[in-house]
Order: sequence, then structure tokens, then C-alpha cells
Amino acid sequence: MSAPLLEIRDLHICLPEGSERAHAVETVNLDLAPNEILCIVGESGSGKSLTARAVMGLLPKPHVRIVDGSIRFGDEDLADVSDARMRQIRGSEISMIFQEPMTALNPVMTIGDQIDEVFRFHESMQRKERRARALDLLDDVHLPDPAHIMRAYPHELSGGQRQRAMIAMALALDPKILIADEPTTALDVTTQAQILKLIKEMQATHNTGVLFITHDFGVVADIADRVVVMQQGKVVETGTADEVLNAPNHPYTKALIAAVPSLSPRPPRKQSAEPVLQVENLEKVFRSGGGLLGLGGGERTVKAASDVNLELRRGETLGIVGESGSGKSTVARCIVRLVDADNGKILLNGTDLRPLNRAEMRPHRSSIQMMFQDPFASLNPRSRVGKIVTQGPLLQGVAKDEAEARARELLSIVGLDKRAYDRYPHEFSGGQRQRIGIARALALNPDVLVADEPVSALDVSIQAQILRLLDEIRERMTLSMIFITHDLRVAAQVCDRLAVMRYGEIVETGPTAEIFRDPQASYTKDLLAAVPGQSWRAA
Amino acid sequence: MRNFWKLYRRNRSAVAGIIILGMVVLMAATAHLIYPDDPFRLAGASMQPPGEGGFLLGSDSLGRDVAAGIAHGAKTSLLIGLLATIVAVGFGTIMGGLAGYYGGRIDDLLMRTTEMFQTIPSFVFAILLVAIMKPSIESIVIAIAVVSWPAVARLVRGEFLSLKNREFVQACHTLGMGDAQIMLREILPNCLSPIIVIGSLMVATAILIESGLAFLGLGDPNIMSWGFQIGAGRTLLRSAWWVCTFPGVAILVTVLAINLVGEGLNDALNPRLRERQ
Repeated sequence: MSAPLLEIRDLHICLPEGSERAHAVETVNLDLAPNEILCIVGESGSGKSLTARAVMGLLPKPHVRIVDGSIRFGDEDLADVSDARMRQIRGSEISMIFQEPMTALNPVMTIGDQIDEVFRFHESMQRKERRARALDLLDDVHLPDPAHIMRAYPHELSGGQRQRAMIAMALALDPKILIADEPTTALDVTTQAQILKLIKEMQATHNTGVLFITHDFGVVADIADRVVVMQQGKVVETGTADEVLNAPNHPYTKALIAAVPSLSPRPPRKQSAEPVLQVENLEKVFRSGGGLLGLGGGERTVKAASDVNLELRRGETLGIVGESGSGKSTVARCIVRLVDADNGKILLNGTDLRPLNRAEMRPHRSSIQMMFQDPFASLNPRSRVGKIVTQGPLLQGVAKDEAEARARELLSIVGLDKRAYDRYPHEFSGGQRQRIGIARALALNPDVLVADEPVSALDVSIQAQILRLLDEIRERMTLSMIFITHDLRVAAQVCDRLAVMRYGEIVETGPTAEIFRDPQASYTKDLLAAVPGQSWRAA
Repeated sequence: MRNFWKLYRRNRSAVAGIIILGMVVLMAATAHLIYPDDPFRLAGASMQPPGEGGFLLGSDSLGRDVAAGIAHGAKTSLLIGLLATIVAVGFGTIMGGLAGYYGGRIDDLLMRTTEMFQTIPSFVFAILLVAIMKPSIESIVIAIAVVSWPAVARLVRGEFLSLKNREFVQACHTLGMGDAQIMLREILPNCLSPIIVIGSLMVATAILIESGLAFLGLGDPNIMSWGFQIGAGRTLLRSAWWVCTFPGVAILVTVLAINLVGEGLNDALNPRLRERQ
């Protein structure tokens, strides 16, 4: 192996006083060789992002700073290089791409101007030459019609195009090192696959060393040459991708990898044929614009759902999968009547819910409940857990003692401590809050639970626990579930049947195993092909 | 509560603010004990400088005790400031809450109304209102509240707009909770902090408006007020400086103290702002 590009030795980064631990990063050692992709994997709070930011000199000083150790880059130590020198290095020798390209790009500057800026800061070139270089770059990252993109503002591009533009900018001056901090996490799976391919291609043509931060082992399997696994600020395992993924040594790595849901669907369960919920020809169009007296200009309409037909049988889990903007969440919200559908029928145990007004809907509320995505936004920060769980039954006229007893029982069913009842939501972790959300939904003894991306905000090990819990509860209470997700791995493990959505329409439905084995619609094929890490754990 | 005080205490000037404010409140509460007589009473020789003729802070052109006026005026200022703020915050919260929660037509209607009030310069509007009604405590409170509520309405509307789409509010909908209950029990407690902060600062503005009105002779004629004292003494500014100066200082110190307290509340209640420093 040639001399490493970057040598991090014994790195310590401290956290502000009063944090849960003293150091964000402790005794981290790692090397990045030229022309390799090194993945740093870890769950949230593992210190992987801060390590990357330390290399860029982008720590939120003064509270979070390097207290010990060195970051060797060439013959310099980035841990104590001057600010002026760091500015020269950034962009020209080490550059970075971020998770959310919309916030990483300046919204009031065109893409062309932003790339131009990189050249102007670091090199003396004529205007014409700079423009030619920028056009070349945009062409290199396979953006269609570079001349047009040059004049475009970030909001005019799609998420994938923005990330391509970011990559073009990052590679403008041929840096030796590219740091990518979760660059595909905010993107849809098909876009993610394209961006990963692009990063690999760029890395090969520019001989760049890439430090790739991610939480997703599928992505690691697709892109990494070597892997560093971090837990709670410490490196627990380092090795080649093959070693770490297929023969992990450290128990933490083993646990993480075991928690990654497999892509092969579970064996089918026995099905009842009796439908609980039928959705027929559901339609929803969102309108915006117009304004007071129609002076706000033209009205824009978005078809979020058109001609959606679903059937949920008793005891079954129906997955609705699709990418962002496919309308899957809208359908879920129409079903629980958070959003009023324009047309169609929502038959719950034979009653059409759609035409009911709020008062008429109230008695049906207890039969259909919802679980939300964001564990931090879905619980009222000012209410105690006990109140959150009991308020549903109380509204339905259950006696106070009975509701309280039931709430305590439910909290223990979802695996929370007795004392949870009198605590506030902020005292719990994300996974625990999702458990509270489950308890709240179950408090009404629903027939149908609509879960909108219930695990996508969680770390993979917590995600596995919550999925297991949902499984248990489903068996115990013969719950029928509609499970919205963008993650096909999760869908494979949870759902009996799948409905694949795109642009507000259902493109394919069928038993999970069949769809995975033999997808019919071309979009379903694309989706399945784009799932990262297939070659690794296809079996 | 103890936790809150710990956060509040970190802002030194806010602690100073609350001490000064405490002294003003104490002065207002004990005014009738220290100066049991009517502050409008002619207490002795006129135009006495501070410390002479038995007057701590001097007397005005009619021989009224300036110190007694300040003590009794504190009661007026605080009372009017507090009442006007309560009315303004209450009304503004209702308007803003309804506009933010329901959106659409209701929002358009309520917000255009709010803007109509905001287009009129607030002090001129207050003068107009008091002049139309008879100058009295009630009319002054109403006038100040009428010119102050739009700011609260805008703030509360913004908070409601962002909170009503949060998942915990949607969860309440799926449980079948009614609108009133969602607004009062779920959303409102989550936007109390900014309301408390704007309310505390509004007390200071209300005191200033009240003083301004009294200065122009639009105060309640039967109640001693700092603004009235300054108004009465302004012609004597060169010959008897103390008549205007001490009530002026009282206004300055009180308003400053309230502002400091408001800022301290803001720091203590908005943790994210605090960490930025």
C-alpha cells in the first residue's frame, strides 16, 4: 500500500460541558490511502460526522474542538494548521459534499456562479476559461444540458441533480480527498443508486481518496473498499469491506449487521380472506396558489392520489412502498381522515368513512389508528406520557381508572418501564418514543393500524427492535396493518402483501414474495434493482 | 420552576431588572401607607426644591408632593400596563390562534383585519380612541390594548401555523379530539414561552403609552400618573427641574427594568437562542 493520504492518530474531540459524554470522538486512528473509498459506519451519536468535520476544520468551535491527536495530511497537521491555510486546503485539496444539497447550496445564486466562485477563490483564470471548465464539470457528472444548469437556481433542480452539482463543485479543483457526509441519505433509492455510481466513477477517474460517512450497510457494501465501524466515539473495527461485512469480529459490528433487514421476504403467513378495510378509487388533488380574491396568480394542482384501490384483510400487513412524492403518505392520511379525499370510498368494516363529518367519524376513530414517523414531533412535549396514552380512551368515554390501568399495561407491553407513565417525552430516546406512539395507538384497541414510515427515523438496531415489537403485537392483538415505507428491506420483513406507488398511482400489488421474485411493472423492477447492497446479502 | 430560575439567573442584567421591578411593585403596594393622603392634595409651599420644606423630591407649582405623586403613580402605571397587556394578549392570542389553526378564508379575514390596525400609527390611534371615549382608566386600557394586540396575533398565528402540522397534533385528530381541545390543551401550552416574552415587553410599551397620554392631558383626571406629573411640570423645566425629572426617571427605570426582565425570560424560555451565545 502506498503512503496514506490522510493519517488520523489518537484523535480526541471534546463535547461541551454537561453533555452525556466528555468526548464526541476518542482515540480514533484511521488512514485513508489514495484512490480508495473508506466508509465510516456508525449509528447516530457515534461521532462519525464529527470526525469528518474535524478533517475539514469545520467543528462547531469553541465548545466542540480537537483536544488531542493529529490529522496528518501531506506534511501538515490539520489539527493545528492556521485558519488561513485551512481555507486554502478546503476546496482545493480536500472538499466535502453534504447530506442535504438544498441547504448546502446557496439558494440565491445560480449553479454556474457557485462553481465559478470555487475557481475564483483558488485559482487565477480568465472568465471564459472558468466557464468552460464549469461546463465540463457539469458534463462529467452527467447533468443533462450543462449550459441550462449553469443558469439554474438550486430550487429548480431535483434532489439528485443538486447532489450532482455539489459533486461537480467539490471536484472542481481535483482535490486529493473527497469527504462525503451521508450524501445519499436524503435521496430516493433509485437516485441514490445513481449518485453512488457517480461517486465511484469520479473517484476512479480523479484518483481521489474518498472518506464516505454513512449509517447504511447496504451502501457500504456497494461502495466501500475499506470500512471503519464507530460506536460511541470509538473505532471498534477496521478492515476491508469484505472482512467487515462478511466476517465481522467485534460484537457491535455483528449486532449491527444482524439488524440490517434481509432482502429476501419472510415465508408467507396464513391469510384470512375477510377484508377489514377496502379503499376504492380514492382520489386526492392538492391545490395551491389562488390567494385572496384569486389575485395570487395561477392555481397549481398536484395529483397525490388517483384511482387508488387497496384491500386489507384481517390480520394482514399491507405495505405501501414508493419514493418521496409517490403519494403513499397522502393515501395513509386519507384513510385515517387526516386529509379529506376528493373522491372514492374508504370502507372500514363495511362503513364508508369518506363522507362522514368529524362528529360522525368519532365513534370510528377507535377502530383505525395511526403511528407516525418522527419520534420527536409525534408526542406533545408538554404532556406526560400517561396523559398521551390515556387521552384517546378518555375521549371515547372510557372511565378514568380503566383508561389508566390499560395505559400502564400497554406501556409494559411495548417494553417500557413502569415509571414511564409520569415522565415527559423528552426524557426518552427515539426508539422509546416510538414505543410510546405504539402504546397510544393501541390504547383504543384498533382493528387497523396505519403506520407511516414508523422506523425510518431510527438507527438500524433500534429499527429491528421496533419491527420485532410490531410483529409481536400484531400476533397478540390480531391487528391488521397498513405499513408505509420507502425501504424495501423493511417491507420484505414486515409485509404480507405490497402495493407499489408512483406519482399517486398504484403500479403493482401482490404478495411480497411474488413481487420480490418476479416484479411485473418496470418501475418495481427499477426500485428493486436500486436497493443498495444486493450482492452482499441477497440470500 | 427551580430549573427555570437557574436558567434565568444566568443573565445578570435580567436579575437586576427583576430586583428594580420588585422595588417599583413594592413602592406601588405601599404607596397608601407611606403617603396616606391624596397625592393631589396641596401639601405645603409650592416649588420647593428636593429635601426642603419636608418634601423628599420637592413640590410642584401647586405645592403637591412630587414623591407622593411618584409612589401613587407607580400604582397607576403598573395597573394600566398589566391590564392593557392582559387584554391585548388575550384578544391577540384568540385572533392569531384561530387564524393560524383554521387557515384559508378565516386566516385571510382575520389577518387583513389585523393589518388594518397595524397601518395606523399606534400612538395617534390611541390618542384618537381616548379622545372619543372619556379619559378614564377603562378607556386608556382599551385604547392601549387596541393598538397592541396585532403584534400578539401575528406571533401566535405563526406558532399555531407551525404547530398544527406537527405529528402530535395530527395524532390528536386521529384520536377524535375536538378543535377547541386541540387548540387549548395541545397547541397553546407549546407556544406559551413566546407569548410570555412578548407580553412582558408589552407591559413596558403600555406604560410608555399611558404616560404619553397622561402627558397630553388624556389621563384619568382623578388618578395620579407619572405622565401627568411630567405634563404638569413641563412649563417649569428651567425653574423647577425636579418636577419633571423624577417622574421621568421613574418611567425610565421601570421600563428599562421590564425590558431586562423580558429579555431574561426570552433567554430562559428559548433554549436554542441561549446556546448560540
